[in-house]
Parts: sequence; structure tokens; C-alpha cells
Amino acid sequence: MLLRGLFNQSKEIQFFSFSNLLSYISLGAIFVSIILFFILGLNYGIDFRGGTMFMVSSSEKIKVSDVRNTLSSSNLGDVSISQATNPLETLSAGTLTSTDNIFIIKVEKTEGQNIEIKVKALLLNKVPDIKFLQIESVGSKVSSELVRNGMLAVLFAVTSVLVYIWLRFEWQFALGAVVALIHDVILTIGVFSILRYEFNLSIVAALLTIIGYSLNDTVVVFDRVRENLRNFKSVPLLKVLNMSINNTLSRTIMTSVTTLLALFALYFLGGDVIRGFTFAMIWGVLVGTYSSIFVAAKILLILDVKRNWDEKDSKAGTQF
Amino acid sequence: MPQLSFFRIFIIAIVCFSSLLFASPNFFYSTVDKKLNNPKETSSWPDFLPSTLVKLGLDLRGGVYMLLEVKTDDVIREKFDFLWTDVRSSLVKKRKELGSIRRIDTSGDQLKIEIGKSENIDFAIKEIDKFNSSTELFSSRWSGSVQKDILDISSMENIITITFSDEQKRTLEKQVIEQSLEIIRRRVDDTGTREPTIQRQGRKRVLVQVPGLGSSEELIALLGKTAKLTFNEVVSIDSSSNLTAKLDEIIVGSEQNKDLFYLLKKRPVVSGENLTNANPSFDENGLPAVSFNFNPSAALKFGNYTKDNIGSPFAIVLDDVVISAPTIRSHIPGGSGIITGNFSVEESNRLAILLRSGALPAEIEVLELRTIGPELGRDSINAGKLAALVGGLLVLTFMWLSYGLFGLFANVALALNIILVMALLSILGATLTLPGIAGIVLTIGMAVDANVLVFERIKEEIKKNSTIYNSIKIGYEKALSSIIDANVTTMIAAIILFFFGSGPIKGFSVTLGLGIITSVFTALLITRLFIDLYMLFYKPKVLRV
Repeated sequence: MLLRGLFNQSKEIQFFSFSNLLSYISLGAIFVSIILFFILGLNYGIDFRGGTMFMVSSSEKIKVSDVRNTLSSSNLGDVSISQATNPLETLSAGTLTSTDNIFIIKVEKTEGQNIEIKVKALLLNKVPDIKFLQIESVGSKVSSELVRNGMLAVLFAVTSVLVYIWLRFEWQFALGAVVALIHDVILTIGVFSILRYEFNLSIVAALLTIIGYSLNDTVVVFDRVRENLRNFKSVPLLKVLNMSINNTLSRTIMTSVTTLLALFALYFLGGDVIRGFTFAMIWGVLVGTYSSIFVAAKILLILDVKRNWDEKDSKAGTQF
Repeated sequence: MPQLSFFRIFIIAIVCFSSLLFASPNFFYSTVDKKLNNPKETSSWPDFLPSTLVKLGLDLRGGVYMLLEVKTDDVIREKFDFLWTDVRSSLVKKRKELGSIRRIDTSGDQLKIEIGKSENIDFAIKEIDKFNSSTELFSSRWSGSVQKDILDISSMENIITITFSDEQKRTLEKQVIEQSLEIIRRRVDDTGTREPTIQRQGRKRVLVQVPGLGSSEELIALLGKTAKLTFNEVVSIDSSSNLTAKLDEIIVGSEQNKDLFYLLKKRPVVSGENLTNANPSFDENGLPAVSFNFNPSAALKFGNYTKDNIGSPFAIVLDDVVISAPTIRSHIPGGSGIITGNFSVEESNRLAILLRSGALPAEIEVLELRTIGPELGRDSINAGKLAALVGGLLVLTFMWLSYGLFGLFANVALALNIILVMALLSILGATLTLPGIAGIVLTIGMAVDANVLVFERIKEEIKKNSTIYNSIKIGYEKALSSIIDANVTTMIAAIILFFFGSGPIKGFSVTLGLGIITSVFTALLITRLFIDLYMLFYKPKVLRV
């Protein structure tokens, strides 16, 4: 078969020869992400910021500056308008056609129905054939709750994982996996602050899935490390780690590729509504795959690991 | 040689067959949907097949999503205001013993009374305690039975503090929410929308989801109003607000004239609770109005009142605004009448709905409001379907190219995997959202992981020159630990998403979680079965994985 021979290389790749350099790059990226987060901040969606969002379409080209002027002078607080790429550029089945221009208008204020009616009237006045595809309004009470829930969810996920791996492996493994996770989460936040993509509830969902996926990868590598540590008791840790990564490399690539294939299909064909989500996922799969090899395993190398796996240890967890 | 127990094949066959059966309606969505909506018409969808469809979320079918908060604190405050008027009039009679009587805290959820003569405080407490089993305080229609010891009364020097016990507060809160739910349900149902969901969320919130509704305006107009209707005696009318209200009086503005204010008696003669019916109609001038009927006891009260007050004005108050104040021209004995005002036809329609459904016990605040137009929903479905199809085909091709025959085995398992997820969604009555579709597509990508882990292990074993049978056996055994660890961790993320997420995100966690379970099932049992069958019947000499 075409791809069969692809991963059947018998030569071992030395993953740790550049590991110091990569560690510095990772550390640097984390540092930059944190700086970016504090300087630029995230482009929060109304889920987290509160406000009202209108997704509208029109067959005419809407003059963005025109609409902005109308809305800005109407005492609605901060107004932002952006053009969305048409989710249907490749589709003809829907009621929307590729000639429709889709815009997303965000208004800072919520105060219930009045804002909605006001903006609707203003827009209808400017653009008579406007269609309202989606209107979302989130009050400040709910948005702050959503922020809190989102942070709690990520925190809770990381902690549960820490405990699970600690039970199944050893504390060094748990720490390695969690550092890799934090690495992934911070880098994703960094990318979102630099690209100014909207950060909303679905991105938090993506973060949690990234945590799940990255962990998936890390655990597979760790599982092999544990096995090899048992089988090659006298081989230095560095060699065992390298061997384990090589052993699982073809699986790592296969799974990443199939997941990425599905995600790219979603990214290009799944429509605008989930594009941010799929972008976060694609990024997460790439970073997650990298981190399970270069961050998690590296931490394991730094922390050193106990080698006497055959002796029964209550904390070491059961082997399936 | 592999062992093929009849039991194993039987179980797998049953699961596959039933999941195919339960998933099947979803592949003919429009046909089955039509059948469900018009049960009388003959349909091409046969009766013996199940016809449960996956519930589509609002983001896919369009509709309005609304999170409301019931302001229960207001009700408690109102109760204390009510209690204060009663307590005061009872204490005033004993002024000789008690000295001056004053309410000192009017804000919170308690009643603080200061009396002049602190030495007689026990006497005052005894008087107040008479209200402790008062039917008045809880006799509104949202209370089921008369409660005892509803008040906590304590005193310090010359100040008496009255609060509700915690349990009482909770009961009251529960009653208010339940009553609100009921009234919201009636109002939403009255708009004639299909399958609205109205559920309680958390302590004082209500989630309303109305699929198929293109705009939230009508819904807000219906739910945003408490619709508390009262008929009050008018004390005086003044053009400016230089009226002064006594304790049992209240100043209310007018709907029709901004400069006009009414001084009304606080206690209504009759109120909206006593209405038995309300309908849109027209007055004698042909203008839109609302006609109503009272229940017998209110009809009697209303009749007596009109008889005694012919010639004086009478205020109809809706949500603390006088909508009209007609002069009583004659005795109205039948317990029916009409409300006039500056209504449009829609407004009179709406008011009739509001009055029929009854007043909300407390005000409602809209916390979150999401309206998704039907066009966007339909396009999201199409986009999601296409993405799933293309993503699936890409993964299938890739697996086939990478693992050949074994890749095809994995592909069949993958297809069954999707069918299993659809079947489970239908059976569980879970809601499919756009992120839910994303979850399925992601599952397509990740589901092959378990198979990949096994295949890679088998490859390794072959390299070690194990026998073919042993390679497969050991491959499966060794991969198991990784498969379990990997999937448990993803499952943890899915479970956390389920509990922290709301709406569409919950939908994602459901499909992701189900996908994990089914992918392990298909990889460990179904692919294994194919491989074993292949080994038994073809007895290959060399294994090409």
C-alpha cells in the first residue's frame, strides 16, 4: 500500500538531541503568550463580556462605516462590526446564497428587549433587505458566571487528570502530563490573543477537548515508557524515553493525521459558527502532539523516575 | 487459532442490528418528521420501524433561547410591607402601653419595629405573635396550606426584628418559582408555538426554549410583564405629583397622560386573581378592549362596590400604572366588564393572554437571550453534514491506504461507530447541536485511535517474528492498557464539559462522551471479530498490517 512503508523506518530518531533548544523555545512561547495575554487581552465574545450580538445578512454590500456611524451615535456603548466569511460559499442548498454578505454587529449594552428593537429599527432603516440570522444577548450577571464556570472547568479538568495519572502511574508522570497540558492551554490562549479570534464559550469547550486529546497522546507515550522501564532496567532513562517515543511514533502520527483530516473538513466546510472552535482544535492537536513528546517526556527526564516497577507499590496503580 | 464463541457473535450482532434499527429514522429525517407531524396521512415510512428522531438543538432548527431570573426577593419584601400595615394597625390600638411605633428598616428581607416604651416590649411581641399563623400573609394563591410559625420574632431593647425562618423562605421561593413556571408555560403555550421547553434551572432561574420562533419580540412582550391587575378605589386625581399618600394609600401614574397622577386605596377592591376569563373584544366605540369575567365571590364584591359608588371614578391598574379610570355609571351586578385603554388590536390580544394566564408572582429579568433564525440553522445542518461526510471519507481513505485490509476492518467499525452514536442519541433523547456535530466529526478522527494502537502493536509483534495468531493476541493485550488510559482521560474532559457547559456545549460533550464509549466498543469487539473471522476462514500465512 501507498503509505504503508511510510512509518516503517527502522532507524531511531534522536528526539532529545535538540530537546534543550526546544525547551527554551517552549518556555519562550509560554512567556510571550502570557505577555500577549496581559497586553492585548483576548477578544472576548459576548458570552464573557456581556452585550448583544447581531448576525445579519444582506444581498447588498453593507457600508460598514455607515452602519457604525448610525449605531455609534445612538448611545449603545461600544459598537463593533465585522464581515464574516459566508459559511455557504461552497454550498447551494440553504436559503442563504453565496451572494449574501454576512455581518456580525456587536453592541455593548444588553438591557433586554429595548436594545434589540432599537438596533433592528436602525439597521432596517439603513439596509432595507437585511435579514437577522442570529441575535444573542447576554447580561453581565450571566457573563461573569460563564467566565467563572469556564475557568473552573479548565482547572477542574487539569486537577482530575493530575489525580488520575498519579494513581495510574507515578507523580513524576502526572506532573509531566500536567505541565504539558498547561503548556498547551497557555499557547492556545496566546494564539487567540495574537490572532484576535473571538474567545467564547465554544473555545473553552475546545480547550477542554484539547486537554483530553493532548493527554491521550501523552498517556500513550507514558504507557510505553512504563513498559520499557520494566523491560530494560539497566538502560539509561534518556534512552528508554527515546525508545518509547519512537515505538509510539507511528501511532502518534496516524492518530494526529486522522483527527486533523476530520478537523480540516470541519474548518473549511462546517460553517462560520464553529470555525473558531475548529481552529482552536487544530492548533490544539498540533501543540498537543508536540508537547506530549517534547514537554511531557522532557519533564520526566528532568524529574527522573523510579525504576523498580516490579516491586508492588500501593501508589503505582494497577496494570491492566 | 482464535476462539469464536457463539455468545460473542450473538451479542455483537444484537448491538449492531438494534443500533442500525434505532439510527435508521435519522437517515430519512424529513420523511419520518412528516409522519410524526401528520400521523393520519399515509407515509412511506413503515410503522414497524422505530420513528424516534434525534432532537435537534435550537442552533440547528432555529428558535429562541431565554434564561430568566425570577426576582423572589421582591416577593419577600412585599410580604413584609404587607405585614407592616397589619402589624401597625394592630399595635396602634395599644399605643397607650407601647408609646410611639416606627418601622426603622424598610430595605431588606426583614421587618424592624421600634417602640417607645421598651418595658412593654413583651406585650408588643405577644401582639405580633398573633400574626404568626396568619392566613393573610400566605393566603395568596401560590400557597397551598396555611403554615404555622412562619415568623422568627426577636427583640433587643426596644427594637423588634421579624424575619422569615430559612425554611419558610425556601418554601416561599419554591412556591414563587413553581407558580412562575406554570404561568410562563401558559403564556408561551398561548402563542401557539410547537414544543416549547420550559424548565427550572438552579435556584431561581427558568430556561425557556421555543424552537421555530423567528423573533423574540413577542415572547419578551408576554414574559416581561408581571400583569398584576387590580381594581382600586380612587381617592383623588391631581395633575401633578403633589399628592400625599397616607399609609393605606398609594400614588400611581397614568398610562394615558404623563402629568396625571392618581391617589388610590392600597387594598384593591378586586384583583386579577379573581378573573375566570379574559378575551379581546371591542368597546362601544369600536376600539380594541379586553372583556373579562370574575368568579362569583369577586363578582359579588365588585357588584356591591359599584352599587355604593355610582358617580365616582374607579381605577384599573396594571403593573402599577393606571390604564384607565372610568366613572361608575351604574351598578354592575353580573361580574363581567371590559377594560378600555389606548390599545391596538395586538395589545388587546396580548393583554387578554396575560390576564388569562394570571399575574406572575414576581418580576422576571431576562439574563440571556439567543435568537437563531431558521435559515442559519438549516445551513448549519447542511454544513455539518457535508463536513462529516468529507471528514469521514478522508479518514476512511487514509486508514485504508495505511493499513490495507485491516484498515478496511477499522473502517467498517468506524461506520458502525457513527451509527451507534446516532442510535444512542435517539434512544437517550439527547439533543444534537452544531458543536454536537463537531463532536461526531472529532469522534470520526479520534475513534480510529484505538484501532491504530492495536494495529501498531500487532506490527511490532510481527517484527519480533511471533506467529500470526500470537501477534494479534499480544497486540490486543498490550494495547489495552494504553487504550483504557487514553480514553478515560478524554472521558474526564467530556464529563467536566457536561457539568460545566450550557446549551450547545453540553451537546458537544454528549456526542464526544458517547463517541468514546462506542469507539472503544467497536475497536475492541467489532474489529477484533473481523480479524478473527479473517484468520479462521482465510488462514493467512503472512500478515500485512
